[in-house]
Amino acid sequence: MREASPKPQAEHSSWTLSIRRLLARNLPLSNLLPDRQPVYVGSWVYIFGVLAIAGLIWIIGSGVLLAFFGPQWWHESNIGRFVNSLHLWSVQVFFVFMVLHLWGQYFMAGWRDGRAPTWMIGVVIFAFSIAAAFTGFVSQQNFAGEWIAVNAKDATNSFGIGSLFNVLNFGQMYGIHVVLLPLLLATLLGIHLVLVRMRGVVRPIGLKRAAPPSDEERPS
Amino acid sequence: MDTPATYLSWNFILISVPNLLMIAGMIVVFVAALLAPFPSHGEAAEPEDGNDA
Repeated sequence: MREASPKPQAEHSSWTLSIRRLLARNLPLSNLLPDRQPVYVGSWVYIFGVLAIAGLIWIIGSGVLLAFFGPQWWHESNIGRFVNSLHLWSVQVFFVFMVLHLWGQYFMAGWRDGRAPTWMIGVVIFAFSIAAAFTGFVSQQNFAGEWIAVNAKDATNSFGIGSLFNVLNFGQMYGIHVVLLPLLLATLLGIHLVLVRMRGVVRPIGLKRAAPPSDEERPS
Repeated sequence: MDTPATYLSWNFILISVPNLLMIAGMIVVFVAALLAPFPSHGEAAEPEDGNDA
């Protein structure tokens, strides 16, 4: 019985191989997990993005507990109120550092040198984060949540989206808040971070670009 | 917590004191981040291909 011999790689073509080559070409491990950074990265301004991510991790962690134990727990028990407050204040931390990160990237024109997709995805993350915060406020299951929802109902109706996006429908708002928007934000954040790793940190304005490496110096 | 915040108004601008304090604090943190020295860990790498373009 003859042994099956593997097909020669050079003639082989598949989606898997194409994706593998694409990732190897655009995202080598040295870029994905760098152990050194350019000297201009030594500034506290570059800390804001990761602090925003830290806030998001606390939001998701406390949100998982709130979703598991439910509204009665987060309103009536001491530990529930603590986790509820932790969720709220993590949102404040997230937004404060996301805006500081935005300021930093805006003033250093972080979209330069092919980084426009990174910038635009960051803008989309900011917009959907506002939607996530809003759906959270109307999902509180208290009078504040009802007050916000009733007032927002007029605004959404005036835009003509009141029947599609019904802020008085708790099930819809809660589902969007705990499932759809977190999945969307986590996906967009993952793409944002991969793009940052692919392109690296933008060089300061006025700093000349280093000469590109020759083909012999270029990592394979 | 149950009383409404104090609002400041100037022309068309209307903002609560807590929001104004938050914005002022963020500006202070931003300027401090620009000016404060960053701890160094020895030599830094030069930009590499694919990580600097």
